[in-house]
Amino acid sequence: MSHSTEAGAVTHPALQTPYRDLDQQRETATLGMFVFLLTELMMFGGLFCAYLVYRTLYFPSFLEASRHMDLTIGAVNTAVLICSSLTMALGVQAAQQGRGKTVVPYMVVTLLFGCAFLGLKAVEYYHHWHAHEVPGFGFEFTSSVPGVDVGKVQLFFVLYFIMTGLHALHMLIGIGLVTWITICASKGRYTRAYHNPVENVGLYWHFVDLVWIYLFPLLYLISRMHL
Amino acid sequence: MWTDFPLWPARAANFADRVDPLYMFLIAVAVFFSVGIFLTITIFAIKYRRSVHPQAEQIEGSLAVEATWSIIPLGIALFIFVWGASVYFSYGAPPKNALRIYGTAKQWMWKFQQADGQREINELHVPVGRDVAVTLISQDVIHSFFVPAFRVKMDVLPNRYRTVWFRPTRTGTYHLFCAEYCGTSHAGMIGWVVVMEPADYEAWLASGGEGSLASSGEKLFRHFGCISCHRSDKGARGPDLAGLYGREIHFQDGTTTVADENYIRDRILGPRPPDKQVAGWQRDIMPVFRGQVNEEQMLELIAYVKSLQQNPLNVNPNAPIPDEEQRKRNPQVAPQVIQP
Amino acid sequence: MSAPSVAVEPREHYLNVDYGIRSWLLTTDHKRIGILYMISITVMFFIGGFFATLIRLNLMTPAGDLVSADTYNKLFTMHGIVMVFFFLIPSVPAVIGNFVLPMMVGARDMAFPKINLLSWYMYVIGAAITLYSIIVGGVDTGWTFYTPFSTTYSNTYVFSSIVGILFAGFSSIFTGLNFIATIHKLRAPGLTWRRMQLFLWSNYATAVIMILGTPVVAIALILVAVERVWHIGIFNPALGGDPVLFQHLFWFYSHPAVYVMVLPAMGVISELVTTFSRKRIFGYEFVAAASIAIAVFGFLVWGHHMFVAGISIYSALLFSIMSYLVAIPSAVKVFNWTATLYKGAISYRTPMLYAFGFIGLFTMGGLTGLFVAALGVDIHVTDTYFVVAHFHYIMVGGTVMAYLGAIHYWWPKMFGRMYPEGWAKLSAGIIFIGFNVTFFPQFLLGYLGMPRRYHAYASEFQVLNVMSTAGASILAVGYLLPLIYLIWSLRYGEIAPANPWGSTGLEWQTTSPPPTHNFEETPTVTEEAYSYDKHPEMEFVA
Repeated sequence: MSHSTEAGAVTHPALQTPYRDLDQQRETATLGMFVFLLTELMMFGGLFCAYLVYRTLYFPSFLEASRHMDLTIGAVNTAVLICSSLTMALGVQAAQQGRGKTVVPYMVVTLLFGCAFLGLKAVEYYHHWHAHEVPGFGFEFTSSVPGVDVGKVQLFFVLYFIMTGLHALHMLIGIGLVTWITICASKGRYTRAYHNPVENVGLYWHFVDLVWIYLFPLLYLISRMHL
Repeated sequence: MWTDFPLWPARAANFADRVDPLYMFLIAVAVFFSVGIFLTITIFAIKYRRSVHPQAEQIEGSLAVEATWSIIPLGIALFIFVWGASVYFSYGAPPKNALRIYGTAKQWMWKFQQADGQREINELHVPVGRDVAVTLISQDVIHSFFVPAFRVKMDVLPNRYRTVWFRPTRTGTYHLFCAEYCGTSHAGMIGWVVVMEPADYEAWLASGGEGSLASSGEKLFRHFGCISCHRSDKGARGPDLAGLYGREIHFQDGTTTVADENYIRDRILGPRPPDKQVAGWQRDIMPVFRGQVNEEQMLELIAYVKSLQQNPLNVNPNAPIPDEEQRKRNPQVAPQVIQP
Repeated sequence: MSAPSVAVEPREHYLNVDYGIRSWLLTTDHKRIGILYMISITVMFFIGGFFATLIRLNLMTPAGDLVSADTYNKLFTMHGIVMVFFFLIPSVPAVIGNFVLPMMVGARDMAFPKINLLSWYMYVIGAAITLYSIIVGGVDTGWTFYTPFSTTYSNTYVFSSIVGILFAGFSSIFTGLNFIATIHKLRAPGLTWRRMQLFLWSNYATAVIMILGTPVVAIALILVAVERVWHIGIFNPALGGDPVLFQHLFWFYSHPAVYVMVLPAMGVISELVTTFSRKRIFGYEFVAAASIAIAVFGFLVWGHHMFVAGISIYSALLFSIMSYLVAIPSAVKVFNWTATLYKGAISYRTPMLYAFGFIGLFTMGGLTGLFVAALGVDIHVTDTYFVVAHFHYIMVGGTVMAYLGAIHYWWPKMFGRMYPEGWAKLSAGIIFIGFNVTFFPQFLLGYLGMPRRYHAYASEFQVLNVMSTAGASILAVGYLLPLIYLIWSLRYGEIAPANPWGSTGLEWQTTSPPPTHNFEETPTVTEEAYSYDKHPEMEFVA
């Protein structure tokens, strides 16, 4: 068959069905990723909204609960994620410059950072578990501070686990995606002409990092200003 | 079988005179526009049918026409908005001297308590011609207090008091519905609002009840030990509650609030945020009563606190004074009253 | 793909290019996915319709003798869930949009064909989970899942219903994602934004709502599920939660969701009115801009569901005035469709009858929207049958009429066969009459004060309820007829030409049914949409 645009042109093996050429394919995929991230933003936005409403309503309880966050692990994890964003950015740059194989080491380091984050998060969850701070599983909380309501402290922990849990789920998906990119890159799939999967996974990874950049101060930091 | 076939709800309260004219105006607007559109479409469809008008004439559109049919409906819409808002405002705060009635909603019944002690289930007796304010709270899920003949509806929430008011204008018996879906017997959570002549109402009030809400509240006030701190003498460890209701409260962080029913309820249930301690008093030494006081007891306690208003004798100023003579004259008025 | 030089009979097209169940279940062809969606939502429509029938039969008598109160509560809940999430939201976008949108932009497929297929699988999984919860015992919270009833007090299958709805939500997000990317990036050469058919504009606006609104209701429902499973307070006031916050989160999506249901329907009407009066649309820019305005303002009116729920008087004022503002673009659309008829060459084919029906019923639905947006009147009519009648005029009178009109209009393109015109006109008439007899009495019932979701009611409401039930039985006949004759026409219908209506729409400029990649050559667009004056050669052949 002939279709007008590519008649005679050599089609790239990575060119997929609805697209006329690789440029159109890349632009469409990037736009699609941004639109998808907009959806993600609204999803986390609903949670942030609920968190802010309750934090305003039940300020003393949220303040008290926030003191039970592990600031050290939180800070280390923030640093880990920022570093992973750097290695991810370097990997994307390598792909854009056509150094397809050098994508691999950057992605491996990014993977390690991602796993480190999840490992530390698991340690943190484990500590909460030991301290009976997991709502629905023998939640116990005693506080001598006046004005603190255990129910509202529990509400903080509910929101904490849902927000960080949803974020961790996104991290897991991200690790899966980066693994896939690493495998494809090691097979030399990405060239200067075709590397949009690397870019899009990069966008996703940065977005997930960015969510954490908001979660960390909201859950761990701002309440410490009131000590 | 179908003898009773109304097309317009009864008009038995002040709001009917506010809502119905707006409703009729809206019907006029709706009829005008829908008939206009239907007629235009029908005329065009017949006049320009393909068999007589085979060649369409292309018309691009016109800014003037678009502006006209945007701005005129916008003007009408804003007019309706202002009218609707003014009606909405009239539903706002109840008049100061309104007769106060308290109630709780739960799956699937309504309980009402008149200020001087009459308790009833799924029935609400009110006098005609007098402002009535009903303060309601739910014990479980969200319900909604709906009296179609009064054009009154208000969701009843489980965590705070809300007050609805109306002034019945016609005696009779009217439907009370729960309008917010609340589970299995939602359709059975119905009752009657009985609007009576004031004299009959007084007689009904006098015919039953075991002491006013406030007097029951006073017993609870002793029972829970409130009285040991909230006193007017020197040994008081908490503020004297006389005149509390409706007063402005100053907190330690400098903010203020007005002591209404929700405020009193929240203070009793606790916990009380440290920066919201009442200025001049020791930090939270008051116990937390969440889970110890049920909603009906809470209403009695609040009635008692309110009765301390200007009246050291603990007599609720809102309660109509029972007339011995009247009670003797007309003892049979009272319908069924369920004693808890 | 067939080579154009080899003219073999029968011609190869998307339906006969491949056979077998695998070729359908693993297809990435947007047309086949559209057909898959059509079959699934038809099944769901009749399931939801079955529940509606039982509801109406039960309401024949004031005591509600047919079913128990618990069963009745489950019936209206499942009717709502099935119809809203599994029929109305995917109806025009996922069936009609999937089928014609890529052709309208002159593309070979959706931007992300695999995600498109994934969307259908999400829908099917969601529908399966929902049907599972119906079969094992049902759910009785109302489709609105109001807390704390849904989180703490209901003893039914709330959790699995929520999971089902979440899957449907993802399917809707994926559809929206595809629409936006396809319209932005895959338009044929020469197809500028101002040359796009209005169906594209309205589906673009719909996609924006799907992308921005769906995730919020998803998170709200996840919170309900979490609270329900682990018995922890998020919305439960006993633990310090706020039940009204749930209503905010829920309506933040679910009000715009109304526009997800009606905007694509409006796009269909723009296509039908122009084609069957052979005219340009009156005020193209205004109709297109109205779609976007509705999508944007639609996000700012959710509080009008909560005028008696305990929101502050000032936010009530704001939500009321915003609701009036969003009414204006809808009114502008109705006026423009009417003006388009002026000096046209109007033919009364079935799709056009549905378009007339849509304009009439949507007008009534919209005008009664003015009643419920008026703060003072809303206090009396909210949560009564007035509201039930109002939104059925929009959703059934509007969306379902437009969906049926669209099915008839594009049927020749989808299957290469004409539907039987006489039967189709008859059933369009039956549906119009049946609909009005069913739902008009409910306006009267509502103002009289009959609350919605009542299993039994006061005896003075009986006459109007019996009328409504009688109308529903007419309506049921009207819906069953097209099911029968459309299936019949697949085999026995007249063979359809490529462009039976002589439409200038890009989707008609290919064969019927279209080849797998839609166009033998990528089309180039050189003129505005609906340029009937430039194409006297495009004639009615049907």
